[in-house]
Amino acid sequence: MSAIRDTVSHGFAWQATQRLLRNRLAILGLILVAGISFGAIFADWLAPHPYDYARFDRVLLMPLQHPDHLLGTDEVGRDYLSRLIFGARTSLLVSLLVQGLALAIGVPLGALAGYVGGRTGFVVSRIIDVMTAFPSLLFAILLISVLGGGLHSVVLALSVTGWILIARLTRAQFLTLRERDFVLCARALGVPAWRIALRHVLPNALTPIVIAVSFGIPATIFAEAGLSFLGLGINDPMASWGKMVGVSNAYVRVYWHLALFPTLAIALTMLGCSLLGDGLRDALDPRHARPL
Amino acid sequence: MLLFLCRRLFSLAFVLLGVSILVFWLMHSVPGGPFDTQQGQLTAATRANLEAKYGLDEPVWKQYLNYMSHALRFDFGIPYQQPQTTVAALIGRTWLVTLQVGLLTIVVAFSIGICAGLYAAYHQNSWLDHLVTFCATLGVTVPNFVIGMWLILCFSVARSWLPLGGWGTSGACLFGKYFCTDWILPVVAYALAPMAIIARYTRASIVDVAGEDFIRTARAKGLSEVALMRRHVLPNAQIPMVTALGTEIPNLITGSIFIETIFRINGLGKYFVTSALNRDYPMIMATFLLIALLWGVTYMLTDVAYTVLDPRIQFGRRSRR
Repeated sequence: MSAIRDTVSHGFAWQATQRLLRNRLAILGLILVAGISFGAIFADWLAPHPYDYARFDRVLLMPLQHPDHLLGTDEVGRDYLSRLIFGARTSLLVSLLVQGLALAIGVPLGALAGYVGGRTGFVVSRIIDVMTAFPSLLFAILLISVLGGGLHSVVLALSVTGWILIARLTRAQFLTLRERDFVLCARALGVPAWRIALRHVLPNALTPIVIAVSFGIPATIFAEAGLSFLGLGINDPMASWGKMVGVSNAYVRVYWHLALFPTLAIALTMLGCSLLGDGLRDALDPRHARPL
Repeated sequence: MLLFLCRRLFSLAFVLLGVSILVFWLMHSVPGGPFDTQQGQLTAATRANLEAKYGLDEPVWKQYLNYMSHALRFDFGIPYQQPQTTVAALIGRTWLVTLQVGLLTIVVAFSIGICAGLYAAYHQNSWLDHLVTFCATLGVTVPNFVIGMWLILCFSVARSWLPLGGWGTSGACLFGKYFCTDWILPVVAYALAPMAIIARYTRASIVDVAGEDFIRTARAKGLSEVALMRRHVLPNAQIPMVTALGTEIPNLITGSIFIETIFRINGLGKYFVTSALNRDYPMIMATFLLIALLWGVTYMLTDVAYTVLDPRIQFGRRSRR
């Protein structure tokens, strides 16, 4: 009875929010993500030192060894806590940019492949198929080795492989929605094709795309950390958790703090994003109950 | 069946062609070449000579045709970093190491994963069930180089029980003069995620099948639990397990660049990174083609396995995604 009242008196967004807030794990994820985003946005105020200020008289201090450096310093004497806080900014910046670019490329191309059909649709579909078979990590490494490292090339390399999943999803959605009655109806009324795609099909295809993006963000954080870990990502004065782990590998026998803190940061961020993503999916698409 | 295999092989060839064109075009699309990186050591004449030797002075499409015509005869060229050997030999050597890691990981992941999944299915909400769920969340969300680093911190730094890295450095690996231990950490770090996924798949499919009517019937007619498991539950729960197998195996045998980097294993993945950095065109091409081929073949074999295991599934009619 109450379910009926809910659907009558409240919109979809309100119900989804209610479902999300009832999910305890999703709340935990939300808190983690909110905390990390807060650190990323206000890094300039939160960090006790600039991220690129190297003091050569304070190299490789252990945590709590010096009152100025709560988590110690790295191999060139930069404050580790500050670099961790600025690392959050790098992670979030890269993942948001990449997902934005992936949406900007993937949705139009997927719509083209799914809605237009014909020769254009066929060509775009085959491009998507070939790109799906690609080992995306190797492709990103190849691109970065060609372009050189740095923020721009990391974003570009990850977007080039990141749009494919979104394009495939959009294509599948448009293929099924194209056959629905309301599209036929609009077409019968003489609505132009681009307007049907934009106003009638796209809003109905949005939910799976939003879910894909919510899982794409932790995947991108992982990819950026991985590339930087290999030394093929963010370039040096900028702070990146992955790069901090990669560098720490040479010092791990004695300076364990260099390895521990950035790995914890990566793990907590990924966990928060995944829990929030799971919660979002269950909230937006309640029919898709999880098998376990 | 033959028609189906031919169609799949044809589409695999198409994908390989696409991959090769894209990679080749990308490698050559940016100015500069493999012999620029040794700064100042080469005179212009020497470099021109080297480029002529490897055919790099010709137009890109001609180089591509040249490469492909040789590749079709299984001649993948000479790696620029080590001209004294061939690409095929170098890949054979490095892939052997990666294969050792991968096969050990497959054995560990599948044996423990399936056992844990079976146990969890029969003891739902027990401590092991929760442990499997916890490991699954951890293994799927946390990158394996992070897990590897934690293992190093726990078992090599805090307690020096196990070596920091290397592969086969303390004698021939696994069965050398003495039992060596440097495989334990990389394999555990690598196996955790697939193990958790397999355990969850197994648990879900067993729980699914165990609720069916024919299981109740079989139990009602007095079949023992072991026979029930072997004759009725497992055969029907195989399909999701094979799906997990098919998606994990190509990943595992091509290795993980991260695991190889963090544990200092000289495998295919680590070599690919150096090749990419040095713009070693033949090595990059060969690695890409090898990996795309392995993926395609494994997907095809998975489809064949479906029809062998479940006669209800017919070729070409499947909705895995």
